[in-house]
Amino acid sequence: MAVTSPSIPQEIARPVAGLRRQRFTLERALSPLLLAPSAVAIFVFVYGFIVYTFYVSLSNWKSAKPDLSLRRPVGVIYADLFSQTRFQIDLRNTVVFTIMFLILAVLGGLALAILLDRHVPASGFFRSVFLFPYALSFITTGVAWSWIFNPETGINLLFDAAGINRLLAAFGTGPLKPGWITDPAVIWQLNGPLATVFPAVGDWSLKLGVPVAMIPVAMAAAWQLSGFAMAMFLAGLGTISNEVREAAALDGASDFRLYKDVIIPLLNPITVSVLIILTHVSLKIFDLIFAMSGKGPGFATDVPGIFVYEMIFRAQRYNLGAAAAIVMLASVALVIVPYLARQLKSL
Amino acid sequence: MASAPLPVTSACAPRRKGGVGRYIVLALLIAATAFYLMPVYVMVINGLKDKSYMTLSDMWKFPLYLDGGGFPLAWKTLSPNLWASLRMVIPATILSSLLGAVNGYLLSKWKFRGSDVIFTLILFGMFIPYQAILIPLIRFLDQIGLYGKWQGLVLVHVIYGIPITCLIFRNYFTNVPTELVEAARIDGAGLIQTFFQIILPLSLPAFVVVGIFQFTNIWNDFLFGVTVVFNPADQPVTVALNNLNGTNSVDWTVVMAAAVLSALPTAIVYVLLGRYFIRGLLAGSMKG
Amino acid sequence: MQDVTKTLTTRASRRGVLKGSAALGLGTLAASSLGSRFAAAQDEPGSLEVFSWWTSPGEAPALQALFDAYLAKYPGTEIINAAVAGGAGVNAVAVLQTRLQGNQPPDSWQTHVGHELVDQYVVPGYCEPITDIYESEKWADVIPAGLVEQATWESNQYSIPVGVHRGNGFWFNKQVMKDNGIEVGDTMTVDEFFAAADILQKAGIPALALATKDTFAAAQTFENTLLGAVGPDTYRALFKGEAPWDSPEVRAAAETYAKMLDYVNPDHSALTWDGATALIIEGKAGFNSMGDWAYGEFVSKNAVDNVGWVSHPGTNGSFVLVVDSFTLPKGAPNAENAKRWLRVVGSKEAQEAFNPLKGSIPPRTDVNREIFSPYHQWSMDSFAKDALVPSCAHSQASSPAFKQAFYDASLAFVTDKDVDTYIAMLSDAQAMDAETTS
Repeated sequence: MAVTSPSIPQEIARPVAGLRRQRFTLERALSPLLLAPSAVAIFVFVYGFIVYTFYVSLSNWKSAKPDLSLRRPVGVIYADLFSQTRFQIDLRNTVVFTIMFLILAVLGGLALAILLDRHVPASGFFRSVFLFPYALSFITTGVAWSWIFNPETGINLLFDAAGINRLLAAFGTGPLKPGWITDPAVIWQLNGPLATVFPAVGDWSLKLGVPVAMIPVAMAAAWQLSGFAMAMFLAGLGTISNEVREAAALDGASDFRLYKDVIIPLLNPITVSVLIILTHVSLKIFDLIFAMSGKGPGFATDVPGIFVYEMIFRAQRYNLGAAAAIVMLASVALVIVPYLARQLKSL
Repeated sequence: MASAPLPVTSACAPRRKGGVGRYIVLALLIAATAFYLMPVYVMVINGLKDKSYMTLSDMWKFPLYLDGGGFPLAWKTLSPNLWASLRMVIPATILSSLLGAVNGYLLSKWKFRGSDVIFTLILFGMFIPYQAILIPLIRFLDQIGLYGKWQGLVLVHVIYGIPITCLIFRNYFTNVPTELVEAARIDGAGLIQTFFQIILPLSLPAFVVVGIFQFTNIWNDFLFGVTVVFNPADQPVTVALNNLNGTNSVDWTVVMAAAVLSALPTAIVYVLLGRYFIRGLLAGSMKG
Repeated sequence: MQDVTKTLTTRASRRGVLKGSAALGLGTLAASSLGSRFAAAQDEPGSLEVFSWWTSPGEAPALQALFDAYLAKYPGTEIINAAVAGGAGVNAVAVLQTRLQGNQPPDSWQTHVGHELVDQYVVPGYCEPITDIYESEKWADVIPAGLVEQATWESNQYSIPVGVHRGNGFWFNKQVMKDNGIEVGDTMTVDEFFAAADILQKAGIPALALATKDTFAAAQTFENTLLGAVGPDTYRALFKGEAPWDSPEVRAAAETYAKMLDYVNPDHSALTWDGATALIIEGKAGFNSMGDWAYGEFVSKNAVDNVGWVSHPGTNGSFVLVVDSFTLPKGAPNAENAKRWLRVVGSKEAQEAFNPLKGSIPPRTDVNREIFSPYHQWSMDSFAKDALVPSCAHSQASSPAFKQAFYDASLAFVTDKDVDTYIAMLSDAQAMDAETTS
């Protein structure tokens, strides 16, 4: 669960030139030398291994026996991958999960930060509670929420206890008993409307919609990571000077206007950082879903992370698993590389 | 400003409101607290239950007696893995913190041509999905004889911990006044002496931040644990917990107790040292 | 104070003496096996690492029985039980694969015979042939040829079967049937099932307990249904790639399966297979299509008296083989102990100890029938006379890649019940498989 933002602070002052230059030539050479082991390790373990994985994706390695001969036509595995119904579902799920999770975690984190910005007693306690889930593993979170969103236990028992179902029975309707992570339905399907514009969509077997079982999963993820967003926003709020607030108050702005028109726009850079960090977490999501709902009913909660794991370690289709891993990496890079490039410029 | 400015605690609106508004805010916060603690509540109270007199439909109720419930069996099942996690996490945390301190020092105080590019390239390593390096990683570990061994897992965590530890230390050292380093240089101290005499004595807060952050990250890892180590008794506790949850033959009270046990170390660190934890989280996120 | 301590000590030592004399009584019993112990003690007993996925309460004691049989012959050996939990071995197989690729084999591992043994372990070169042990132990005389053949590749044997499971069991709670006035005979047809299912549905009980969290049960229920619909010959031909999947017969099987799925428990995706057997035990569902490892669960939960069984509807006369066996790895760390282990687990004594606990029947036909439960004896009769077919859900009938496709297609089918897509996915998998093997 390593998420942290890599915005890099400005160098305050660069080492000044002058007399040190000659005396410390040796020292200057020492710096890259001492950095080399770590740099080399990263180049091998990150970049070298990525190249290797990419090569595996182009190879014939699809059984227990490694076969690193090149498969021809080169790259056809990616066509195989994208034509797999399961992988198409996984891509849809990733998009849907990312959107739901970002809305819940970012808005939730912002709301909590604003509430805590309001001078309440015991704000330190509240802050600690909201950030607490961040210290837990995705596996623990997944296990805990799998019990809460199980149709036979958890939330549904609360509905019973609250008397909702007795009330519903009195009106002659069935009990309120959502299937949560076991519900296979895909709601808000866009296939019909899209087919009127792009007729080809009509032939798709993939349902473009929101898999219901993904909703509880996104909630669990937001539970875990909204505290991160809150901490980021709180830190940002702390940098907004009281003069800004007071000026707005003098202008007679309501609290609502103060936040909407002044403070939240000022937090924009932080919002961007939070969005980028959480999007990349969401694209990589694996452990939480693995422990909470698995692939879900009809792959309703399956994601590329699980697909890669199963293709490599269960089906032993190494090339297909590697290809899916490269697709995951590419999607993460799409979000992260521009961010890092911007950071590099500001160094 | 020797330490990164993280004004989390000072965040506040002008104190001008009283009355009803405050109570609404408080009520909302209490409701949110109930939501955030709900899973913790479920895990703890069900872990404490005994299946002989409670069923799953009593999930939200308090246990009738306080006799340990599923905890003794959960402890018995998980203790090898808790120890395995601890044995792996502690050296990995220490090694990656030391490595991070050196790298952060070099990249902040001894920049050279291209060092910023190298830094950015190193940073990318913390964002990759590890699925994309798993196949060659396992082959490599096998080549050096560390595949399946907990020492191999330590190595993996140290290497993939380089970017994050480097980032936090670099940002911390960037805020150490360069004049201090310059003064040491004028006194004739070289790169290594400056590190030990000037930088290291100032670094304790950064070590605490990085240490906590890495301890939590490594403890909570699942993917490396499940693929690099295969002996069930040597696997980290996250893997053992997931295996336990995957079978209905184990009592649900034991599963919930096990979830609590597996989370306990990071939870304790968080409760005791939460302030540093937040710093690690935010390290680098605020412009210096 | 001292007096008290003294009294306590004396008491303790008296108790110790009593214990000692009891131990002497046991000692004389153990003396008979002293001879073999002595022989074994000549060389260092060393260690033996056995890899399996037997961790559940119905499986772990059975594995322990094999260990006990080994230790009785070779006392002092340090047995390392490298068992990995997780539904029907899916986690374990992943772990084992990574170990083997990393050249870190255990001394022996559990595998199903057939394609799983051959494709995953023998062809990649992870196994040593054990033909010489087959000959010296004369196993071919006591194990049916049809089964030995499943452990054979290019005329060498590579594993020794220890237990035979019947994959097409259909289990039910007798009390639930009685309460709802359903009579279950010795066999069940598809129509009889649907008649019973309608009655149960009216009573608010899901007729079919299904667990799809670990996927294999969805595939297994389909393969059983398929077998019932097309018969053993076509079933074998399908998995050998000699019959097309887009045939009217397969389509009919998928349609029957779709209809059965109308009667499943709604929370199936949250359950693993033992969760579904628990539904039968608790009377919360009617039937469960499951291999007879479920029997081990019924025994361990003291529910066996209330549980009845037939063959999966329409599969009477067929026996879906799910056979556990042990291998000899190339480069086993303790190769001598590994060979001893195989001799032990192939012995009559070990198989008689193992199988009643595991809920399977011995592959050896020279065992004492009397020590087995009525269910086991029923299964032995079926084993002796019925058509033996391999299970795809348990990796025996196909390559792992086809199996994964079969799993994926079945899991999708459980929710969308889309027969056309199902048939298309299975046909695609068959085409892909043909390309791989060519």
